[in-house]
Amino acid sequence: MKGKAHCYPRDHINTDEIIPARYLNMDQEKELAAHAMEDIDTTFVKKVREGDFIVAGEDFGCGSSREHAVWALRGAGIRAVIAGSFARIFYRNCINNGFLAIECPEAIQKVHTGDRLTIDLKSGKILNETKQESYTFAPVPDFALQILESGGLMKTIVQKVKS
Amino acid sequence: MGSTITEKILAAHCGREIVRPGELINAEIDVIMCHDVTTTPAIDLLKAHGNLHVAYPERVVIMPDHFVPNKDIKSAEMVAKIRRWAKEEKIEKFYEIGRHGVCHALLPEQGHVRPGTTIICADSHTSTHGALGAFATGIGSTDLAAALATGELWFKVPETILFKIQGTLRKGVFAKDVILEIIRRIGVDGALYKAMEFTGNVVDELSVESRMTLCNMAIEAGAKSGIINPDEKTLDYVQVRSNESFDVYTSDPDAEYSDVIDIDVSDLEPLVALPHLPSNGKPVSEIGDIPIDQAWLGSCTNGRIEDLRKAAAEMKGKKVAEGVRMIVVPATSDIWKQANREGLLDIFMEAGATVSTPTCGACLGGHMGILAAGERCISSTNRNFVGRMGSPESEVYLASPATVAASAIAGKIVNSNAYKQD
Ligand code: SF4
Repeated sequence: MKGKAHCYPRDHINTDEIIPARYLNMDQEKELAAHAMEDIDTTFVKKVREGDFIVAGEDFGCGSSREHAVWALRGAGIRAVIAGSFARIFYRNCINNGFLAIECPEAIQKVHTGDRLTIDLKSGKILNETKQESYTFAPVPDFALQILESGGLMKTIVQKVKS
Repeated sequence: MGSTITEKILAAHCGREIVRPGELINAEIDVIMCHDVTTTPAIDLLKAHGNLHVAYPERVVIMPDHFVPNKDIKSAEMVAKIRRWAKEEKIEKFYEIGRHGVCHALLPEQGHVRPGTTIICADSHTSTHGALGAFATGIGSTDLAAALATGELWFKVPETILFKIQGTLRKGVFAKDVILEIIRRIGVDGALYKAMEFTGNVVDELSVESRMTLCNMAIEAGAKSGIINPDEKTLDYVQVRSNESFDVYTSDPDAEYSDVIDIDVSDLEPLVALPHLPSNGKPVSEIGDIPIDQAWLGSCTNGRIEDLRKAAAEMKGKKVAEGVRMIVVPATSDIWKQANREGLLDIFMEAGATVSTPTCGACLGGHMGILAAGERCISSTNRNFVGRMGSPESEVYLASPATVAASAIAGKIVNSNAYKQD
């Protein structure tokens, strides 16, 4: 997984900021994507390219349970969020959608916006090609990897219900 | 080693004797609550995955609340879609307009919350229902779809922090002030992934409704759930509302906690959480002059009858200050009717406030009281994030209903008379 970093080093970036409630009368990924991160950075959607990453501080995704936050980011092209830590429901929502949420406090200190990163899930490392550095992240739990690999929680549910 | 109430409920719901923090389990879900905003994506997911059906329609309760009565065409379409789906799936518990209310106030009021049960809703404040000794937690829409299709859901058994709340609350200091104080001390991620168990003589003395205020805001400290061991008050509350049976679990004296936090609240003053985090609590007496444009009373945190009574006591025979708009939103239809019978609505209207139908409305920046850029609102709600009640350039201050009402009269944030007269 390769992409450019978009850094928002603040702690406690909440789901109201990721997708404001005024857009919750919509639930389609593309519609939501047009307003991703709007209350933090009005130029976000224009800057992000397919496959990019968000790098943020502690407790990313706190607040409301709205899964719309994950969909808005994914719809805007984001492939993974790298943060110091994640709020609980946001983290669940990432796993359930097969969307990567990586805890890596070191990256938060060292990565800058525009750096080109490669995430290597197997070795648990983020390579920063721009700065020629690498950072180790906490392994993604096996359980989450399984959901990730099968393409999201619903895929595993379908199998369960059918069997 | 004993178990906490949370561990006991989860063990009973995955067919085990004992579960320990950190274990991943699939737990049976007793009550699945659906509201308007997060349910339509779950319906789409079910349909997109081979047209999955609801496994146990009798466990599902639907309570549209966020943008009701429908605020625009899109929200009307959302509820219409849920209504159609409920019919198809034979879900009978649907709280239509007229019987509606904010889901976390309506669910216990209508007898759907019982001790020892597991409750989920795709809404972060589901932690509220732990006040009745249930395991209740917020999840996302995919989780909701999975639970609807199977009747169970994956959880990591949480560690528990025990809060021993002791002392005597001064007059005019309420459960809202206590929880704002706790969040001030431990921070908005101070209980991340954990269960917050509240105990102590102060909790024993609180009404069931006030206990809901405590558990409601557990999520504002990052917690998975808030929970209180059931007592006589809990059983009295539940038994007049539900005929269904339930099992009462309580924490063992030798249960293991990740932390035990003792809090003496005898000196606690009324607090207000300044923008833009619920952890920014300060005593009202220390904030100086902060004029307000709006006062908002309602929500799943503080829109219950006891909250309206406290606000009305502050406002009786007085007038809302010039230049201030006060909006009162009883949390459910029954609360609205009760407030009307008690003459509380008259007190609000005579004071120059307005009273709305139950809705989440402006609590999440939906409708019925949205803020313009530069405006400031004191609110009995639970979140003061940037843009929460409207413009990203507006400000929300969180406080108890008494402080909200007193501030509406004064035109600036002040302590209530209930407190000052102590
Ligand atoms: S009242 Fe506010 S916090 Fe409570 S469920 Fe509604 S929007 Fe959420």
